[in-house]
Amino acid sequence: MTCDEAEILLHALIDGELDAGHAREVEDHVAGCPRCAAALRDYREMSKAVAGADLRYKAPLELRRRIEASLPQAKVPSRRAVLRGFAMGSAVSAIAATGLVAIVLRHDDESRITSEIVSAHLRSLQAGHLTDVLSTDQHTVKPWFNGRLDVAPPVIDLTARGFTLIGGRLDYVDARPVGAIVYRRRLHTINLFVAQTASTETRTARTETFQGFNIRSWSEGGLNYWAVSDIAADELAEFSEKFQAAMKTSAG
Amino acid sequence: MPVNAANDDPEKARRFRDAALPHLDDVYTLARYLLRDASDAEDAVQECYLRALKHFDSYRGPAMKPWLFAILRNVCRAEYARRASSATETIDDVPEKAEQTPLWSEAPETPENQILRARDASAIRRLVSALAEPFRETFVLREIQNLSYREIADIAEVPVGTVMSRLARARAMLRSAWLAEQEPPK
Repeated sequence: MTCDEAEILLHALIDGELDAGHAREVEDHVAGCPRCAAALRDYREMSKAVAGADLRYKAPLELRRRIEASLPQAKVPSRRAVLRGFAMGSAVSAIAATGLVAIVLRHDDESRITSEIVSAHLRSLQAGHLTDVLSTDQHTVKPWFNGRLDVAPPVIDLTARGFTLIGGRLDYVDARPVGAIVYRRRLHTINLFVAQTASTETRTARTETFQGFNIRSWSEGGLNYWAVSDIAADELAEFSEKFQAAMKTSAG
Repeated sequence: MPVNAANDDPEKARRFRDAALPHLDDVYTLARYLLRDASDAEDAVQECYLRALKHFDSYRGPAMKPWLFAILRNVCRAEYARRASSATETIDDVPEKAEQTPLWSEAPETPENQILRARDASAIRRLVSALAEPFRETFVLREIQNLSYREIADIAEVPVGTVMSRLARARAMLRSAWLAEQEPPK
């Protein structure tokens, strides 16, 4: 094999695109040619550096929103259908109608937020952007949120209880910045999203499923919590119980 | 029903959203490297998703990501054409001559004993962005998007052999630029 040929084929070798026979030929050539050997070494180094540096960009949130907004909304027709039902002279009284509309709208709102929570979870797994602050130490993660959010999300290390704290991240849900605290359970990632809420009522935890993910949400102390993961529902319930129990301990 | 009734189908929109939106960061990344401008990239990505939704009914494969990339590439070519008419930057595929330049024109300058130094992400991004088209495109599809030669060939609508020579050229240019910026070893 000549250097000319090797110069092209050694890339296919690096990329695993060469059949065994050709790979052998390139390797034989490289073994006897210092110049091609140096090139191969450098290209491998470069590929490694490129792979390790994460040269990808994260799509701006505004762009994501613009695209989502340009898609036909699946929920709109159902809401419209309900409203049209009333307009067409149903026997339901006006008061009942108001209540029902409020429920319909509220339900829409909740399912939209659920879908946004799952999207944010997916994004965090795909974008190579799971954490902004990478630390298993709650005393590093918690102060990191200072000044980045209106609220100080509680950061609790649950490592001893089977859920490893791995860091924190700033994310966006419902067009507002929220804190995301990231835990790991075996190979699974749990994102715990924390957002401020105007209401101070305590809402007990409940689990729902969306696109194959379990979402456990609850409200406490003026904060809304959503824990999202692909772990089983009972494990996620265990997570939220341990988190809430640890909250009480640290508060008391 | 409205004229574009097909596009108003919420069920289709939901399937499209589930299939296409998870690739948004990848599509945006490719647009950033192809256009080298953040706001042009945003516009191109949005246009890409509009076109993809429009053609989603006839989508039968390949995998979603390469399919979106091929659409994005067409969008970017329109943008290149617009730029070409307003500025001097050349666009499109390289002139034949550049493609055929033997690799030896730059390779002999590369010393065997000089070691590539580690570089941080922003430095590597800058080096990659400085590559000329279509070498930049090929490099990004291979090294950052992890596509196979076959997938790259389909997106760029060239034979696999052309992908190989472009990639060889891209890496050779990147290596030279990488080494050229380093202090010579003392």
